[in-house]
Amino acid sequence: MKALLIDFGSTYTKAALANLDPPGLIGTAQALTTASTDLLEGLQTALAEFGRAELDGIAVKRACSSAAGGLRIVAIGLVPALTAKAAREAALGAGARVLATYAYTLTSREIGEIRGLRPDMLLLAGGADGGEQRTILDNAALIAESGLGVPVVYAGNKVAADQASLLLRGRVPRVIVAANVMPEVNVLQTEPARQAIRELYLQEITKAKGLERIQREVGLAMPTPLAVMRGGELLQRSWQQSVVMVDIGGATTDIHSFDDGKPTAAGVILKGLPEPFVKRTVEGDLGMRLSAAALLQAVGAERLQSQLPFLPEDGELQDYVNRISASKDVLPRNGRESLIERALAIACIREALVRHAGHLEEAFTPSGRLWIQQGKDLTRADLLVGIGGVLAHAGDPYDMLRQALQIEDSLTLTPKQPRLYLDRHYLLAAVGLLSDIYPQAAEALLGETLAPSEV
Amino acid sequence: MPRTTTIVLGVIGADVHAVGNKILEMTFSDAGFKVVNLGVMVSQEEFINAAVETDAAAILVSSLYGHGEMDCRGLREKCRESGIGKILLYAGGNLVVGKRTFSQVEAMYREMGFDRVYPPGVMPDVAIADLRKDLGL
Ligand code: B12
Repeated sequence: MKALLIDFGSTYTKAALANLDPPGLIGTAQALTTASTDLLEGLQTALAEFGRAELDGIAVKRACSSAAGGLRIVAIGLVPALTAKAAREAALGAGARVLATYAYTLTSREIGEIRGLRPDMLLLAGGADGGEQRTILDNAALIAESGLGVPVVYAGNKVAADQASLLLRGRVPRVIVAANVMPEVNVLQTEPARQAIRELYLQEITKAKGLERIQREVGLAMPTPLAVMRGGELLQRSWQQSVVMVDIGGATTDIHSFDDGKPTAAGVILKGLPEPFVKRTVEGDLGMRLSAAALLQAVGAERLQSQLPFLPEDGELQDYVNRISASKDVLPRNGRESLIERALAIACIREALVRHAGHLEEAFTPSGRLWIQQGKDLTRADLLVGIGGVLAHAGDPYDMLRQALQIEDSLTLTPKQPRLYLDRHYLLAAVGLLSDIYPQAAEALLGETLAPSEV
Repeated sequence: MPRTTTIVLGVIGADVHAVGNKILEMTFSDAGFKVVNLGVMVSQEEFINAAVETDAAAILVSSLYGHGEMDCRGLREKCRESGIGKILLYAGGNLVVGKRTFSQVEAMYREMGFDRVYPPGVMPDVAIADLRKDLGL
């Protein structure tokens, strides 16, 4: 018995073929994604790399996709630090691209913005259970009247759920009511909303995006980031290690952490909405192609230069960035450009880790100094896994990860000395696609794809 | 059926005195209120965020360590900015510092926008009765 696992990415369609019993990888293949015509074309091209006999006996087909923009969500809550944040976490945890997060009552201008963002669905939260309900009801009415025509997952105050769905029914394609993302103040509950989002994705979004055939023929199961996340969850569970993964792409850098992130030092107090054990952040301004210009702006030329063994000429960095921003598949042409490419990748990893991880703030109290922790303490993470072409094709990926981890600021809670791994065959998404149905095969693929650094 | 009344409770500023806070949580819960207890070291913003999300009827601020005046200033103004300007604000704990009398301290907190101010060692029952009165329960 074999399984065919497919990832329709925005640039490449990647296929992995695996034996289920005894479990093991047969091979991988890839071809350019054909989103403009028919996604199956690119898949056929990729599959042509396998021999006919190899493709015999496929019993399981499963796919994930980030083509056609991925799963695009706008998150709406009440207070920015509470339900708006909880809604955002839930959407990210469902593998979505969160296009924007809004708080309080939506204005006509914000409704206009949402229209312009063209989301696939809205995640509507607001109010603890039994708490505030005017705002979420107002927002439901505004969404109903707006003619946005986007499905809605309602995950706010349960007391207002019936009335909100009444307002929305018939005015939007679909409403699913899920349990509140923040049932009580400072209690985060993302799982029901994540499930509702996935349900909508499978039932409505694939239809809207013309992915029904893909769903029928190759078992489109989830957005790619969710598959990668499930791969990481399996890694954390089966190896019993706390894990951080960094996935560098052309447009974004994703970080996933699988760790409770509780304080690891004495005298540290945790405040605010708790962090999810499985946390994902997506940085839309940190990427190696489409977002390269934004990356240069975010980290600044000076900090990039400090990663280079030579002093770049005036405009050299900007020129290179302009060239790679223009197209998805340009490559460095010479040694200097390779070094710039390397520095850009290190900057992506470092900046994304700093934003994902928590930090400490000093607080002076009459009885002495204390620290208040915001976000997750990942200083003791056991493993850091690098994912993505830039690392997989680099000559010294582990050195790049190591350099990215060198952060002087002791108040930043990024991993300090994790063991380093590389997803060398780009199989984490495939692992995640298999993990619930064939966990043992999924574990075997993990073992094959994760390559440890030598030291 | 009338909705249970929610109150937000916490110890403000850099204050870590946790014992009284637990007692207040218990007594107000027993009296039938839904208590959102934010614990110790609570900032003004946290009090307000929690009150907004829960549509709370009152915020009960404790300060035990002697810096209450500094920590409490501006809370009423921030409530107004956040759309809950009319919420009841109570303060208690060790609000008297130095040579001032309780009535001086009370006047000062009332000027800061607090509806009720309690001296050290007040019994929670007193505040529960006041809260019922203020809310017309
Ligand atoms: C235990 C204690 C500590 C412990 C706290 C442990 C903990 N995690 O809880 C530790 C050792 C950490 C500590 C530290 C300090 N403490 Co101390 N501490 C005490 C002590 C001995 C008992 C407090 C207590 O638990 N009381 C029992 C509870 C049930 O009573 P309560 O807290 O007063 O709360 C009740 C009422 O006040 C009321 N109430 C409280 N809030 C509100 C609000 C409303 C709206 C209402 C209606 C009622 C209400 O209801 C509560 C329940 O009945 C008191 C002295 C005392 N006997 O009170 C000093 C005391 C509070 N501490 C004091 C001081 C100065 C400090 C320090 C600054 C000392 C220092 N320099 O290190 C630090 C500050 C640390 C910080 N950042 O907060 C002073 C405060 C002086 C002042 N306000 O003018 C006191 C009064 C001692 C003193 N006489 O000097 N302390």
